Amino acid sequence: MKKLEIIIRPFKLDEVKETLAGLDVKGMTVTEVKGFGRQRGHKEVYRGAEYQVDFMPKVKIEVVVDDAQVKPLVDAVVKAARTGKVGDGKIFISPVEDVLRIRTGETGVDAI
Amino acid sequence: MNAADTAFILVCSALVMFMTPGLALFYGGLVRARNVLSTTMHSFILLGVASIVWAVIGYTLAFGPDIGGVIGGLDFAFLNGVGMEPSESVTNIPHLLFMVFQCMFAVITPALISGAYAERIRFRAMLLFSVLWLVVVYAPMAHWVWGGGWMFGLGALDFAGGAVVHMSSAAAALAAAHVLGRRHGYGREPFVPHNLPMTVLGAGILWFGWFGFNAGSALAANGLAANAFVTTHLCAAAAVISWVAAEWLHTGKPTTLGAASGAVAGLVVITPAAGFVAPMPAIIMGLIGGALCYGGVLMKHVFKYDDALDVVGVHGVGGTFGALATGIFASSAVNTATGLLYGNPSQLWIQFISVVATWLFCYVASRILFHVVDALVGLRADTESEVAGLDVSEHNEAGYQL
Repeated sequence: MKKLEIIIRPFKLDEVKETLAGLDVKGMTVTEVKGFGRQRGHKEVYRGAEYQVDFMPKVKIEVVVDDAQVKPLVDAVVKAARTGKVGDGKIFISPVEDVLRIRTGETGVDAI
Repeated sequence: MNAADTAFILVCSALVMFMTPGLALFYGGLVRARNVLSTTMHSFILLGVASIVWAVIGYTLAFGPDIGGVIGGLDFAFLNGVGMEPSESVTNIPHLLFMVFQCMFAVITPALISGAYAERIRFRAMLLFSVLWLVVVYAPMAHWVWGGGWMFGLGALDFAGGAVVHMSSAAAALAAAHVLGRRHGYGREPFVPHNLPMTVLGAGILWFGWFGFNAGSALAANGLAANAFVTTHLCAAAAVISWVAAEWLHTGKPTTLGAASGAVAGLVVITPAAGFVAPMPAIIMGLIGGALCYGGVLMKHVFKYDDALDVVGVHGVGGTFGALATGIFASSAVNTATGLLYGNPSQLWIQFISVVATWLFCYVASRILFHVVDALVGLRADTESEVAGLDVSEHNEAGYQL
């Protein structure tokens, strides 16, 4: 099992969510986050004074999937979330040791 | 006594009262989330404190029988002799009504100062300063200009409070910025408004209440009140346009905060002039005033004083320009006075004297008061409290539970 942490532009959330649902992803966790990468921040101006805002708002989607699902999922997410400009986001993929469904006590892939 | 005038001023008093919670929203949106309640409180608490100070001692110092052009006598202390019948000086409305209309001005004026000391003053210091300031600065200023004092005798024009309300609070704000110093992290971290929709709503409420402030200062339901109402509206409208245009040219984008600030700037500019100038000059005053106040706000970055919410830039620059412009555009077609443009250059000179005297007196007196309060109870929150935010450190509460 693998965990995908997908960081995307906020306005791409709907598209990516539909894509994931279409690929039989059973659930996801979505968080509004702030951070920066190569896009750095942006400029805000209040009463003529400029402020550099370092952290850009992004959306982070976390999903856990079976190993076999990773490749098609990543391809689909990249296709949905890409605009081609700096700031499209990243996908972090990491191994997951186990999953447990609290209600039934199921573990492993069955619990995803 | 006149029933129509009485009804009108009753409503105007309520309109002016509503400006103070409007100001609380205006200022509250401009600070960081951790200071939203303390900043709101700086205005709202004065509806309590300033009202009582006014009834007990402030009103009589401002409008009691004149003593040497400097201060009012104590005849009306504790509202003694202030009743349902008109007074000798304002004969068309009940004396109590005139008192409470003026009371609303005494509430909002010290609240205006709070924009300068926001985000770092201790609450008890703010309370003590406001009480002392009302007695030592506001009441004499109101007496000099409206209560038959020396500026009144000189013929200085201030229809609704360009000097008494706006220059006086701006001078105190400048003193506050000087005595308190800059907020922790000033120049290193961004101090950006946490809720601009709140600020825009506040500006809207101020605009609404200002009709009571300016039209009500005619003290009668008559043509002069209508003139003041129209000049107030048009000047604010013109200043919205000119502030936004100025920043659009300067920074490349028109901002919502600019529109809200322009409205307030225009309202400040017309305050001394509303019942002396005609509608078209009011538009000119707004067009100049909006851009001028935008420049006034930029000034603090040049001189490096931390007037947190731009009291000096908006109320100081706007009030000063409005007072001088009154001496230029005052027209005998509107009221008894004439300005430079209608052949009376001496009026502009009188306005200039009143501007200089107001700034000097209010700055020096306010600065002394801040030092006195600092010595008595300590002005500034310690760094840890300031960083945590005054909401939690001064009031044990938070504006938002997220």
